[in-house]
Amino acid sequence: MAQGTNGNAYKVIDHTFDVVVVGAGGAGLRATVGCSQAGLRTACISKVFPTRSHTVAAQGGISASLGNMGPDDWRWHMYDTVKGSDWLGDQDAIEYLCRNAPAAVYELEHWGVPFSRTEEGKIYQRPFGGMTTDYGKGTAQRTCAAADRTGHAILHTLYGEALRNQTNFFIEYFALDLMMNDEGRCVGVVALDMTTGEIHRFRAHMTILATGGYGRAYFSATSAHTCTGDGNAMVLRAGLPLQDMEFVQFHPTGIYGAGCLITEGARGEGGYLTNSEGERFMERYAPSAKDLASRDVVSRAMTMEIRGGRGVGKNKDHIYLHLDHLDPKILHERLPGISESAKIFAGVDVTKEPIPVLPTVHYNMGGIPTNYHGEVLTLKDGNPDTVVPGLMALGEAACVSVHGANRLGSNSLIDLVVFGRAAGLRCAEIMTPNEKHSDVPKGADELALSRLDKFRYANGSTPTAELRLEMQKTMQNNCAVFRTGEVLAEGKELIHKVWNASADIKVTDRSLIWNTDLMETLEFDNLIGQAVVTMEGALNRQESRGAHAREDFPDRDDKTWMKHTLSWLDDTSHKATLDYRPVHTYTMSNEIQYIEPKARVY
Amino acid sequence: MAQFTLPKNSQYTEGKAWPKPSGKNVTAFRIYRWNPDDGAKPRIDTYYVDRDDCGPMVLDALIWIKNKVDSTLTFRRSCREGICGSCAMNIMGQNTLACTLGIDECNGDTVKIYPLPHMPVLKDLVPDLTNFFAQHAAVEPWLHTETPQPEKEWRQSPEERSKLDGLYECILCACCSTSCPSYWWNGDKFLGPAALLQAYRWLIDSRDESTGERLDALHDPFKLYRCHTIMNCTNACPKGLNPAKAIAEIKKMMVERVV
Repeated sequence: MAQGTNGNAYKVIDHTFDVVVVGAGGAGLRATVGCSQAGLRTACISKVFPTRSHTVAAQGGISASLGNMGPDDWRWHMYDTVKGSDWLGDQDAIEYLCRNAPAAVYELEHWGVPFSRTEEGKIYQRPFGGMTTDYGKGTAQRTCAAADRTGHAILHTLYGEALRNQTNFFIEYFALDLMMNDEGRCVGVVALDMTTGEIHRFRAHMTILATGGYGRAYFSATSAHTCTGDGNAMVLRAGLPLQDMEFVQFHPTGIYGAGCLITEGARGEGGYLTNSEGERFMERYAPSAKDLASRDVVSRAMTMEIRGGRGVGKNKDHIYLHLDHLDPKILHERLPGISESAKIFAGVDVTKEPIPVLPTVHYNMGGIPTNYHGEVLTLKDGNPDTVVPGLMALGEAACVSVHGANRLGSNSLIDLVVFGRAAGLRCAEIMTPNEKHSDVPKGADELALSRLDKFRYANGSTPTAELRLEMQKTMQNNCAVFRTGEVLAEGKELIHKVWNASADIKVTDRSLIWNTDLMETLEFDNLIGQAVVTMEGALNRQESRGAHAREDFPDRDDKTWMKHTLSWLDDTSHKATLDYRPVHTYTMSNEIQYIEPKARVY
Repeated sequence: MAQFTLPKNSQYTEGKAWPKPSGKNVTAFRIYRWNPDDGAKPRIDTYYVDRDDCGPMVLDALIWIKNKVDSTLTFRRSCREGICGSCAMNIMGQNTLACTLGIDECNGDTVKIYPLPHMPVLKDLVPDLTNFFAQHAAVEPWLHTETPQPEKEWRQSPEERSKLDGLYECILCACCSTSCPSYWWNGDKFLGPAALLQAYRWLIDSRDESTGERLDALHDPFKLYRCHTIMNCTNACPKGLNPAKAIAEIKKMMVERVV
């Protein structure tokens, strides 16, 4: 038993594993499988049943230069990814991603992913934004698809593969905090079993955070309600930095109102956007790639059209996505899921009418800094690549950084499996199965327990939902597609106000079994810290790069700003500290040279 | 006449009627509540939702209630777009996803919401799905192959691939299994429509090489044959899939391999 701050006892159960993976989405499951196959005793804990993780909602596909539809080369994929990242991506990591992408996709296929097929029986690949052939000259068909349910197909298959490997799952366990020792090594994680209310301490030689993004810091997001960046927040509380948090991707086509995603694959299959004049305006903004320009470019163009009074609908505040010219057979075969979503959430028959859409928060390029083995990095004693022992991060939670300032569509699913696999390989390389654990450092679970207890009995006057709404509206209003110093400075003030107000938070449910009032409060507390560093990073970065578009600094400034932002957060003083890491301006091998920055035109 | 002793907590009581907002467009929600911590019997609480302040879906209403009226109301939810399967519950007598069902589609002035039927309840609208997931795992939902793996992908024609349509899309929400009377009675031994749909998904995959073993594993008086073609599963599926047909196909495969 352990004492809470006000004397309440919590039942504590201890476990020891070689590896504990937090999160059971694509990255978490892939890492779990890899570590299990390496003979390491591996646990996977998740706050939702694995197939409920948000990977399930990925639609369009997974990029890999298989060349099933025409010539392709991983170097072309690398070039596109570097350009998509607006040169903020680390090119060694991008090389690792693109080189290993085909093998990772074949592996998924061998495990049973029901990819759509070409006439020859190969994996079907579709065009996607920013994906080109021959270093920008042609349009690539590189995105491997299972209709428009690719994430669902991959996640369910990975879950099956984890079952085959007899994974130790701890499902509906909510991770509270990391356990760190005095030398700065991570020695495990503390979690709450939502079904019993018991505390579990997972000791592990390696803790892998695969906890996804924090889209729910915003009011309108394609992200699931559970996308609260819990791992990112645990890292901040452990005194470690997050990286490039100002880079938030707005997906061009969230359904107006509901925010549900309509895949970029819709445009990959021939869909296009129009304004109130019926004009295909993307031709003006991206003469060559048009509707398949990078997401940041399309989202900005749409916002410009709406600002220019050319939005559609009663309030002229959104844009139309047309699929009505496409063959209904193609829609049925390749885009059945979004056809259904458009019907349910917009009341639209896509064979007859356009879908009302709006740029909607979708992905966090920023996250926990890692190298391409998945090992977490920090800036220490002047070394920006200092490895934090015992800790890895993967997927949207991580910032490797392969996506830099803007991620290309279909590069997230490949990120999950390539780096999930890399983490497993690294663990196999540096760890020996069943190594002895040292004792749990005294007080290692204190942070987790006192925080849990504090919120469980929080008896202020502002319900969590009210504070969360304030935060979401602030982020939506003050840290959106276009940003200015003035609006961001106001945003900084407002978001700190919300954070300060959370001292007065009110939780009603005092129980421990399935206390979702408490879960949502812990999640809000996770989100607000990330919202703060996002806003502060955005205010600090005086340039425009990728998804970060400053109207007061409209150009990319490679001289001053080709560097990663690091942000630390002090929970007590509510102060964020910013510093920098250099971008890796070198590749992994000699098979490709560093791609020099140039103007980014689509 | 047979005498039944009802288990503890099997009868619910009238619960709390929460304050009614002043708006003109208000809908009543009657929702099942049970808290394992308080020792009380389950109850039905009545909430009133201001529809002008709330999104169109039943899940929007539940979230509105949790945010504005009663933060202790407990339910699972995640993607809110019908792909994760979290928010399956019994709404107006039908098992479905709260996130894809419009409030306006619930006929009647009161929306009645219960947890998925015949499952142990953990709290309010949250059922214990442990057995359901164990049954899914029992069909070994992964590709079985003996032939050495090719360097690239296994080839599969578009026709072979199309046989997986209507099967692979299952989201494991459990709406089908928990609507099946056979599953209610024999849920410990009958695999239920969701697990069997998945069994068929792997049986019919042209890449899979253990059709015989998979059929052997289902050859049992209960696992497969407790399906009596009641079809509740197909009526319930919020994704429009047809587990009953998949089960019939497995039964056909069983017969075909004997003759």
